[in-house]
Amino acid sequence: MSLTPPVSSIDHLWGNKNALIELVEYGDFQCPYCGRAYPIIKRLKVEMNDSVKFIFRNFPISKIHPQAKAAAIAAEAAALQNKFWEMHDLIFEHQKRLTHEAIVEYAHMAGLDLNRFNEDIQHENLLRKVEGDFMSGLRSGVNATPTFFINGSRYEGSWEGNYLSEYLLNISQNAQRI
Amino acid sequence: MLQTGNKAPDFTLYATPYEEISLYDFQGKRVVLVFYPADWSPVCGDQLMLYNEITDVFDKMNTQVIGISVDSKWCHASYREQRNLGFPLLADFEPKGSIARMYGVYNEQEGECERALFVLDEKSIIQWSFLSEPDKNPGVEGILNALEKLEPVS
Repeated sequence: MSLTPPVSSIDHLWGNKNALIELVEYGDFQCPYCGRAYPIIKRLKVEMNDSVKFIFRNFPISKIHPQAKAAAIAAEAAALQNKFWEMHDLIFEHQKRLTHEAIVEYAHMAGLDLNRFNEDIQHENLLRKVEGDFMSGLRSGVNATPTFFINGSRYEGSWEGNYLSEYLLNISQNAQRI
Repeated sequence: MLQTGNKAPDFTLYATPYEEISLYDFQGKRVVLVFYPADWSPVCGDQLMLYNEITDVFDKMNTQVIGISVDSKWCHASYREQRNLGFPLLADFEPKGSIARMYGVYNEQEGECERALFVLDEKSIIQWSFLSEPDKNPGVEGILNALEKLEPVS
């Protein structure tokens, strides 16, 4: 199963854009499994440093996670102020409380201009971006959250514990040997 | 397993504790028949939840999703309510698995339906089918691709 469409400039990219390893997550801000994956990915980003770039795409499953879409839109609004990752982290760190009031608090903590934030979250193009991510996930074979893609192919193994970081370290070491 | 090009055989099963529906009631619409092993098991949950999330996409494609397992109508009622499922779940309960057998997707050893998908056109002709491994969620991209290959919705 391959990533459709591939990563482009509309995606949120963390790290070295020329990195050998491209790790894409389809995630839902209200999903407890994504919440569990969050510190694992965060640690992995530190461990792998320059050899990995990380991309987050939205896959909010609204019928079971009614606040997930609004949280995704909030992160997109933060991106307009170049603070996507700050907001992404704050939301995952507080994912048990995602009311509108709470989201505005996190926006404040992220250092966003709140007037602009409150205006931006109303914009339909942010909703469309989130829905576009969701549709691309359906096309790419995402069937649960989180789903990861490594260099364009769906990762079928476990992401818990050290499995994912060991898998990526292996790829990076093999590539360096060549 | 029934193959593409065959007419899907009609059947009538309980959709709620008090109401039966027949496959051919849906003629004029496309139908995705989703055979799955059991309510409440984690993989089915993810699979059905995914279809449930995109009912508006299926609506635009004039398509009805129907789930079928050997669970009873009361079990289905409880499961649908708990998962907030918007499409019917049919109880292939008595005689157990008879519809799954008719479609060639009954697992005798487990006494459950296989995890199988059929996409039917407006005249109940099978246009695509897929047999998944029991513990693998087949996702939705195969279904969407099959629906898009059909004549456009007028």
